[in-house]
Amino acid sequence: MQPALRPDPMLPLEGKVRRYRSETTDTFTIDIGLKGAADLPFAPGQFNMLYVFGVGEVPISISGDPENPGVVTHTTREVGSVTRVMRRLRPGDTVGVRGPYGTAWPVEEARGHDVVLIAGGIGLAPLRPALYHLLQHRADYGRIVLLYGTRTPEDILFRKEMSQWRSRWDIDVHVTVDRATRRWHGNVGVVTTLIPKIPFSPKDAVAMLCGPEIMMHVTVQELHRRGVPADQVYVSLERNMKCALGLCGHCQYGPVFICKDGPVFRFDQVEPYFNVREF
Amino acid sequence: MKTLTLANSLAETEPFRGLAPHHLAFIEGCASNVHFDKDAFLLFEGQDADTFFVIRHGSVALEMHGGARIVTVQTVDEGGLLGWSWLVPPYIFHFDARALTPVSAIAFDAVCVRRKCEADPVFGYEIYKRISKVIVERLMASSMQLLDMYK
Repeated sequence: MQPALRPDPMLPLEGKVRRYRSETTDTFTIDIGLKGAADLPFAPGQFNMLYVFGVGEVPISISGDPENPGVVTHTTREVGSVTRVMRRLRPGDTVGVRGPYGTAWPVEEARGHDVVLIAGGIGLAPLRPALYHLLQHRADYGRIVLLYGTRTPEDILFRKEMSQWRSRWDIDVHVTVDRATRRWHGNVGVVTTLIPKIPFSPKDAVAMLCGPEIMMHVTVQELHRRGVPADQVYVSLERNMKCALGLCGHCQYGPVFICKDGPVFRFDQVEPYFNVREF
Repeated sequence: MKTLTLANSLAETEPFRGLAPHHLAFIEGCASNVHFDKDAFLLFEGQDADTFFVIRHGSVALEMHGGARIVTVQTVDEGGLLGWSWLVPPYIFHFDARALTPVSAIAFDAVCVRRKCEADPVFGYEIYKRISKVIVERLMASSMQLLDMYK
């Protein structure tokens, strides 16, 4: 069950930056505590609208631990004017928080199944809460696989945690990069090339994908080839979101709004629109 | 009990899975088991493409170099086909291939395979279809890498 919205969902709560960390050359994570030490419960896959006062408001996926709602963690890339200023925020700075919004990864529905998480680039951030949940309830799931593709070894997100996950015996973690120097001894190639090699039961697996749409497009095709039905694949979509409530229409995607009907969709729900050129 | 022949090993690899037994036996005559230490080169850019490999164990980096800069553009590991320049004139390798780990592979004498493809067009067509599939997959993968989609 997803946490209920507060009475006035347009009113931001006052948050204070507790911690800032640089992840890669262009990505960063901020931990935000709400004024009065209030919790902000969320489900894996949901997002908040973060308001940098005097600059603007942007939707950012929650990348933290859903079982630690006292701290709201967001990881994002510097891509525009708001995130440029957001990157300069430091502990003690104030930020507005609205949310959480949107649909969640199907971590409850996936109980008893193999789970395959496939992330590309910054797409690992919205999947991390799902992974936290899966690992905290490890006995409830079958095989857990994380496939992660990114540009170069220097662009690997959550590097320290990635090493910890890779060292665990109860999760298969495979990382690949698009190009590398000789210092990198891992996979080089697109993330889809990993799919035929990973051990999981296709008919009994739930796949959760987050990354650039073109990556998800070819990943879904590869999963189909492997025998995973479309109704067992979930994708997180991204469009320009403003109100986050399905009112303004900025994020309309065919008959749905990404902000309130998504961002997480079962693939067969969006499949007709997924391959439409320039949609 | 199944005898562990090179043809049996070949039949278990992705590029040759499902190949007719007499075709497996035909190509087996051009194949041998090889082993490379870590950091050994399996192929060099610019050399005659007179061999190719199916990797059985380990991982190989395809590298391009320009001056001091060496970039890995792809890795090939267990079950993967390494080298297809032998199929297309002028039969020259386009990359270096370096073992990232100790590598066991089945090596093919490409000149021998080409000769057999010419001699038996049915066999040749089957081999070309299978290698072409790998080429298309690599081309698609390279196209996606060129998109720089994670930027």
